[in-house]
Amino acid sequence: MILGSINPAVLMAALMVAATPILLAAIGELVVEKAGVLNLGVEGMMIMGACIGFIVAVNTGSPLIGFAGAALGGMALALLFALLTQALMTNQVASGLALTLFGLGLTALLGQRYVGVTPPRTPKLDLGPLSEIPFLGRALFTHDIVVYLSIALVGAVWWFLKYSRAGMILRAVGENHDAAHALGYHVKRVRTLAILFGGACAGLGGAYLSLIRVPQWTEGMTVGAGWIALALVVFASWRPWRALAGAYLFGGVVVLQLNLQAVGVKIPVEYLSMSPYLITILVLVIISSGKARGSLNAPGSLNRPFHASS
Amino acid sequence: MIRLEKRKEPSKFWRIANPFLAVILTMIAGGIMFAALGKDPVAAIRLIFFDPIFSETFASYSRPQLLIKSAPLILIAVGLAVGFKANIWNIGAEGQYIIGALFGAGVALAFFPQPGWYIFPLMILAGAFGGFLWAMIPAILKTRFNTNEILVSLLLVYVAERLLAAMALGLMRNPDQPGFPGSRDLRRYEAAHNAELFANTGIHWGVVAALIAVIFAYVMMTRHMLGFHVQLAGQAPRAARFGGVSPTRLVVICLGISGALAGLAGLFEVSGPGGQVRIEFASGYGFTAIIVAFLGRLNPIGILLAGLLLGLTYIGGELSQMMLQIPGAAIQVFQGMLLFFLLALDFQTNYRIRLTQGARA
Repeated sequence: MILGSINPAVLMAALMVAATPILLAAIGELVVEKAGVLNLGVEGMMIMGACIGFIVAVNTGSPLIGFAGAALGGMALALLFALLTQALMTNQVASGLALTLFGLGLTALLGQRYVGVTPPRTPKLDLGPLSEIPFLGRALFTHDIVVYLSIALVGAVWWFLKYSRAGMILRAVGENHDAAHALGYHVKRVRTLAILFGGACAGLGGAYLSLIRVPQWTEGMTVGAGWIALALVVFASWRPWRALAGAYLFGGVVVLQLNLQAVGVKIPVEYLSMSPYLITILVLVIISSGKARGSLNAPGSLNRPFHASS
Repeated sequence: MIRLEKRKEPSKFWRIANPFLAVILTMIAGGIMFAALGKDPVAAIRLIFFDPIFSETFASYSRPQLLIKSAPLILIAVGLAVGFKANIWNIGAEGQYIIGALFGAGVALAFFPQPGWYIFPLMILAGAFGGFLWAMIPAILKTRFNTNEILVSLLLVYVAERLLAAMALGLMRNPDQPGFPGSRDLRRYEAAHNAELFANTGIHWGVVAALIAVIFAYVMMTRHMLGFHVQLAGQAPRAARFGGVSPTRLVVICLGISGALAGLAGLFEVSGPGGQVRIEFASGYGFTAIIVAFLGRLNPIGILLAGLLLGLTYIGGELSQMMLQIPGAAIQVFQGMLLFFLLALDFQTNYRIRLTQGARA
């Protein structure tokens, strides 16, 4: 009856939209962590992307330029993080936190005049006959281009890490930076590039929230999406395709929860909206315990600063 | 060529000097930001850092406010610093603060409208217990399942915020005013009111608790075995394990202490300056306290000073909003910059800058 009114194809489509912001942020952070850096500033970079992307899109009238601006905004904060942790060897945990606090404040300031503004619409990608396939068409082929880009990005990162030479160097740097340094690789350069990539991805994820998912700008609108992305990387055991699966699983929870709210299930909204966070915690617990021990897969030099002694 | 050379021992001088330097740099960068916003930078900085204490027009209001804003920051930061020293990162103090307030207010609302001297002490216990309990979630998940305490404690902030909203709209809503969200005003319930102890000073029980916490933490960190274990675990985890320090125990203790103190801060706020359980009750003290802990060099005395300074920025921020129409968010940026500058400056604590001429063998 009540639950029956939820259309599975629409649910599936909504799930992909809900998953895309955290997927983008998570795939970026995955590369960063593979390089041996823990950037806890994902939330800050995401909100930066959400804000800059929104401002640029509104002023240019083009969502695509907005997304480009968002990537740059995320990268700007990431550059700050790289400067601190790579050049000045600061504590990565503290620097990441600083990034998040600073990003939240700065965007509240920058976005002030944009509260309540409607952003330009991002068109759906016209896939012609594909979107007319029953069920699958509605679920899979009625999205905007960013959804498909995010999936392509996962594939690209997977290929890059697994098969490309640069990807192997990146992994070497993340697994054992002293050995990588001894082999003549530029540890800091590789890490800085990875951090910048992570910032761009987080920025895109943020912009997806403010330009497509919501679409509005409000202060602190990421409400923990960046932290969930961080958890997702652990959940994925640092494997790109698993990050995709995790993001969609998470998107499913969010959408189901929203649907339950909409059909008026007799649980107060506040309790339903806790579920994404609780489920993230639950999944973290499952993955970090037991025989599977996904955490054993963590890059060897994760969160260890590198300073060439000679 | 510029080269960084690791110091054998961290420089004591820079450890102490850097927080001051960071404040000065933040003032300069903040001034530039205010200028970019089209405000007079000198007037803005004056309004934030000097006028709340020294101006004749504002001081009578803002001096007491200083202690009201600083006390929760100090209380929370003292607890966080103990954990940070041991490399145990509780960054969810905001959540523990909320739960502490809910537990404390819950006790008060349960007793309403009875009088009784025992109600407020019970609330204090409940507040500390609530914060402790909320912090035990990441602690137990960490020790039993090896789950990352950073992520869990942070994610629980969002859960706590939603719980707060649920309480303000549901269970704890004032039955006499069902049209409005929010609980009864505890300031109007004498047995539960965390009132000012001395008129117009801003000193309430939370301020007293913050001072006690500073003294306790200082003694613990410098004179007690536990403080030694905490430092050992932070600086040399392997040595600590061989020395018989149980990592499990340490995680539980560190998260427990910081959770209980954050819970206390929440209780003192909700029963005093905050007054009631409202959706907007949480104001970010739990996050600002992280900055306070770092700025105070994780040292209780330093935290006392850092807490007063950041408390000042809150009041100065309100003042500059009122007088110069500087947006409230600017203060958040200000606080974030402070942490950045501090972290950046700290490289000279651990490294020496050497200028070398050309290549040397």
